Amino acid sequence: MFNAFSHLLIRDLRLALRARHELANPLIFFVLVVSLFPLAVTPTPELLQEMAPGVIWVSALLAVLLSLDRLFKQDYDDGSLDQLMLSPNPLVLLVLAKVLAHWLLTGLPLVLISPMLAVFMNVPADTIPIIVLSLLLGTPVLSLIGAIGVSLTVAVNRGGVLLSLIVLPLYIPILIFGANAIDVAADGLSVKGQMYFLAAVLALSLSLAPVATAVALRITASR
Amino acid sequence: MFSKIWKWIQTFSSPKYFYGTAGKLIPWFAAGALALTVWGLYLGLFVAPPDYQQGESYRIIYVHVPAAWMSLFIYVAMAVSASVGLIWQIRLADVIASASAPIGAAFAFIALVTGSLWGKPMWGAYWVWDARLTSELILLFLYFGYMALQSAIEDQRTADKASGLLAIVGVVNVPIIHYSVEWWNTLHQGATVTKFDKPSIDTSMLIPLLLMALAFKLFYAALVLVRARNEVLYRDRNRRWVRELIQKL
Repeated sequence: MFNAFSHLLIRDLRLALRARHELANPLIFFVLVVSLFPLAVTPTPELLQEMAPGVIWVSALLAVLLSLDRLFKQDYDDGSLDQLMLSPNPLVLLVLAKVLAHWLLTGLPLVLISPMLAVFMNVPADTIPIIVLSLLLGTPVLSLIGAIGVSLTVAVNRGGVLLSLIVLPLYIPILIFGANAIDVAADGLSVKGQMYFLAAVLALSLSLAPVATAVALRITASR
Repeated sequence: MFSKIWKWIQTFSSPKYFYGTAGKLIPWFAAGALALTVWGLYLGLFVAPPDYQQGESYRIIYVHVPAAWMSLFIYVAMAVSASVGLIWQIRLADVIASASAPIGAAFAFIALVTGSLWGKPMWGAYWVWDARLTSELILLFLYFGYMALQSAIEDQRTADKASGLLAIVGVVNVPIIHYSVEWWNTLHQGATVTKFDKPSIDTSMLIPLLLMALAFKLFYAALVLVRARNEVLYRDRNRRWVRELIQKL
């Protein structure tokens, strides 16, 4: 059973590494969107610093959203998704492997590059670990919830806008607490509460989202 | 006992039976809604005293609060009936869920509009990023997502199941969204009715509010039956009972 998990995980990683240009796209998108904001306003250090948590988090949200397609689209198109569903292994576990692969390929790079963007946005150095930590706890949730949305819309033609319409409202709690943690940390206050909330949502979505995704995939496949 | 209930459910949920029964129920619900609205509005707008702080402008509460309650109530009702549809494969439940969505969205919209009209004299601005206004807005987005998914999938059965699952995911998220927004920012006056032991609202103002809430519930019941009847008729347009119905006209 766990063999299937690791096989699927390795397969997804290997497939992604063979199309490296695609791998970099969400990351470049993230950096690009963040750097648009200083261009759109008068980039005084104070203003940038004040905007930083929101800008970084919204950009991360959009970068993950645009990369969600990769989660199931290709497998759906070439039929390997059907094969996964026919396999005797529990679908929930396979979904979890795919989501983990997706996070390793998109969420983790965003986390790793975020210190650089923090410097772009004039965030003080001692706040940077909080940015990294909040993204580290928040981005897996984005992949997990996103998986539900993708599995519902993967068979819909031009489902891109529809996907964001479904998924973005569900992302709001993460956005609020992720950005708020950075905000509060910049004022020198404790961010324990925000981090616990993010961790709690991560635990909740880790246990429920794969189940919902598995059900959604079966619905999609039944047509 | 259980099989009896099951049998009853199956008879009631057959489209033909539902079409007839719902048709008989609608006038009653509609009449009840109308009577309670007139009564509630009379008590609320003419009999209840003006508020000591907000003067006459608080009276929008008689539309605003019941609409906001309904928008949440309908979302939960939608999720419950969608899960009944998913679990027991009762198609009528799916019909009710999809018929409810636009009504719920409309109530959320009414709550937002009346809320911002109320906000202008009280807070000095039409829109404030206050916790409960924001979560009402997000609820409206959740409705939009549901309706968009429902209409994007061509196959009726799949559309029902997929959007039903989305409604269930949404209903799990509603409390999380609500509380995260609440902790994030609040300017809204505290709840005046939810404290069961002793509401901070005066009885003369509370009674019309509850009457209006009941009126809105009945209105929803009438409206959802009208919409569900239409939907059933449309979905079964090629069935014999619909043809016979048309021939009778």
